[in-house]
Amino acid sequence: MTDSSDSSTVKNVELRELAGQKYKYGWVTDIESDSAPPGLSEEIIRFISAKKDEPEFMLEWRLKAYRYWLTMKEPNWAFVHYPPIDYQKIIYYSAPGSKKGPESLDDVDPKLLETYEKLGIPLAEQKMLTGVAVDAVFDSVSVATTYKDKLNEMGIIFCPFSEAVREHPELIKKYLGSVVPTTDNFFAALNSAVFTDGSFVYIPKGVRCPMELSTYFRINAANTGQFERTLIIADAGAKVSYLEGCTAPMRDENQLHAAVVELVALDDASIKYSTVQNWYPGDENGVGGIFNFVTKRGRCQGRNSRISWTQVETGSAITWKYPSCILQGDNSVGEFYSVALTNNYQQADTGTKMIHIGKNTKSTIISKGISAGHGQNVYRGLVKILKSAEGARNYSQCDSLLLGDKCGAHTFPYIDVRNSAARMEHEASTSKIGEDQLFYCQQRGIAPEDAVSMIVNGFCKDVFRELPMEFAVEAQKLLEISLEGAVG
Amino acid sequence: MLVIKDLHAGVGGKTILNGIDLTVNAGEVHAIMGPNGSGKSTLANVLAGRDTYKVTRGSVTYLGDDLLAMSPEERAWAGIFLAFQYPVEIPGVSNLYFLKTAMNALRKHRGEEELDAMDFLELVKKKVDLVQMDASFLQRAVNEGFSGGEKKRNEILQMAVLEPRLAILDETDSGLDIDALKIVAGGINAMRAPDRAMVVVTHYQRLLDHIVPDKVHVLAHGRIVKSGGKELALELEEKGYSWIEEQAGQQAVVGS
Repeated sequence: MTDSSDSSTVKNVELRELAGQKYKYGWVTDIESDSAPPGLSEEIIRFISAKKDEPEFMLEWRLKAYRYWLTMKEPNWAFVHYPPIDYQKIIYYSAPGSKKGPESLDDVDPKLLETYEKLGIPLAEQKMLTGVAVDAVFDSVSVATTYKDKLNEMGIIFCPFSEAVREHPELIKKYLGSVVPTTDNFFAALNSAVFTDGSFVYIPKGVRCPMELSTYFRINAANTGQFERTLIIADAGAKVSYLEGCTAPMRDENQLHAAVVELVALDDASIKYSTVQNWYPGDENGVGGIFNFVTKRGRCQGRNSRISWTQVETGSAITWKYPSCILQGDNSVGEFYSVALTNNYQQADTGTKMIHIGKNTKSTIISKGISAGHGQNVYRGLVKILKSAEGARNYSQCDSLLLGDKCGAHTFPYIDVRNSAARMEHEASTSKIGEDQLFYCQQRGIAPEDAVSMIVNGFCKDVFRELPMEFAVEAQKLLEISLEGAVG
Repeated sequence: MLVIKDLHAGVGGKTILNGIDLTVNAGEVHAIMGPNGSGKSTLANVLAGRDTYKVTRGSVTYLGDDLLAMSPEERAWAGIFLAFQYPVEIPGVSNLYFLKTAMNALRKHRGEEELDAMDFLELVKKKVDLVQMDASFLQRAVNEGFSGGEKKRNEILQMAVLEPRLAILDETDSGLDIDALKIVAGGINAMRAPDRAMVVVTHYQRLLDHIVPDKVHVLAHGRIVKSGGKELALELEEKGYSWIEEQAGQQAVVGS
């Protein structure tokens, strides 16, 4: 366990002066909301379920989760600090005015399209030539799904979660909650009770999804909790790469986001899940910003299956997130590549869990934490090797980079090995962008801001190269924006 | 090109330079020699603008401008290059990318068009030969895992690409074997030009066997205590720095 804070006195004045990059995506779209009253009760859950036209089993599942949630306590073990959340003040359902899903882009509210345009989301068909199919979630309702027909032909299901509940109940019944049970943790239970929408993906046996699947989430209406639910199933021999990107408009109130993502990989299947998270981090004084309390977990259920998480976390006031892999099938592989950046007063407690159950299971963890301003960055990871996991192997590498002398980096690696044949490697480092490095770049004519962004991008290279091409470019841009002004 | 007058500077409250006077004209190569702790590297760093060194008195004029008022990057844009005694590692950033970023930063501030990747690669490949390096060298992270000799050669490569008006070489010869020394010296000699000045900081005379300076200055206790032609370096080699320090000591006594 290491715990370190930078104590250099390098150019703090400059740091403070320059720490002024405003959130680029801060505006509010004026669309008539169709909202539930604030608060949480069985009545609200019934309201949501009715709004969604859900079958009975779904409502029962939600209610069960809700009743269990009532018995649970909010976790407090994470290295994050925030005022108590009043769950009765949150609005649990908010949808843009239109009641029915649109038939085509022409039916989509032009204001929505404009919003996505600003975000640079390629909704228009011609932009789809880049090979990205988008299932756009605006607040809680999916408004458009593209390239659906093409995917349909291959038997791939990629649709809003609510649609999957109605049209593929057998798959939902079988897999929903199979990786993250409703009782898993406080926020997962809450999500299970009140989730409004999300994405559902099913890749049939032996099919390789021909394009990157992508979803953009956006929180809009004030005081709206966002509870996404994503379920991705790769059947035997299937392969899919899924991209998730997020931005949110500026708000002063803190907004809670408690999503659940479940991945299931059967025999020889492979799922790659990439996230670029750019939610509003709060202003330079730590006011506002998203609370991102997310449960993401994948189950390598089949032999030779593989699940790979790649995340670039630059947004949110608080991030609490541990994309994990249950390596159940023999020879299955779990990977976690992460860049987490905290600037100003952002806090991140993030990492992964690798649970080795099957024989010869293998996991890799590469975590890069960057702290600037007053940011606090925690890596928290668990590698658990069960007795059954003969020949299991893990490699972990956790690096921290500090900018300035008011931020912190903390590493909590937990290792639990029950099989003596397991092989574990763990490397960790903490460094700061030194005066040396900055001066070297400056002497070559590179301005300090550009130098910092170059050094940070270099630091993150091992993770960025795991991202799909178009995402890697976006991620680098995002880091640049998030770090502008954070010259230490 | 460069006029230094009565320069006093120090680090952490300790005075290291005690009144340096030096004029360097375009086309000249000046060698600054001196024992350890005499202030050679401090002078190099002050000229490049490292802010851990504080200037307490004196002036430095570069091409008619007040150099001390400029930030390190502004000095670089104006054509000042420092070959570092200890080149810095930047993990994950390729040598090529670093050089291109530097090159385009300079071009941008000089109102020139930035080079695209292809044009730049072509330019760099020519320069790589100058320091006898393999092109694969360009794909490696800046100085990461480089041997001492590779680091120094990399500095010369950067100098060759960036083509400065005033190059300051801070103990570029230290830690080099004779072959590497020849390559580095060859690179430096190839860069000599009528409109370019060089200040070569070195502890040993041996570099000056390969780079023949126009002027040699000996630094002791933060002052230039003796200046002369290239023969001064040989005299130093023979008699050692104690000879100079003795002289300087006597001067100081006489002066007070």
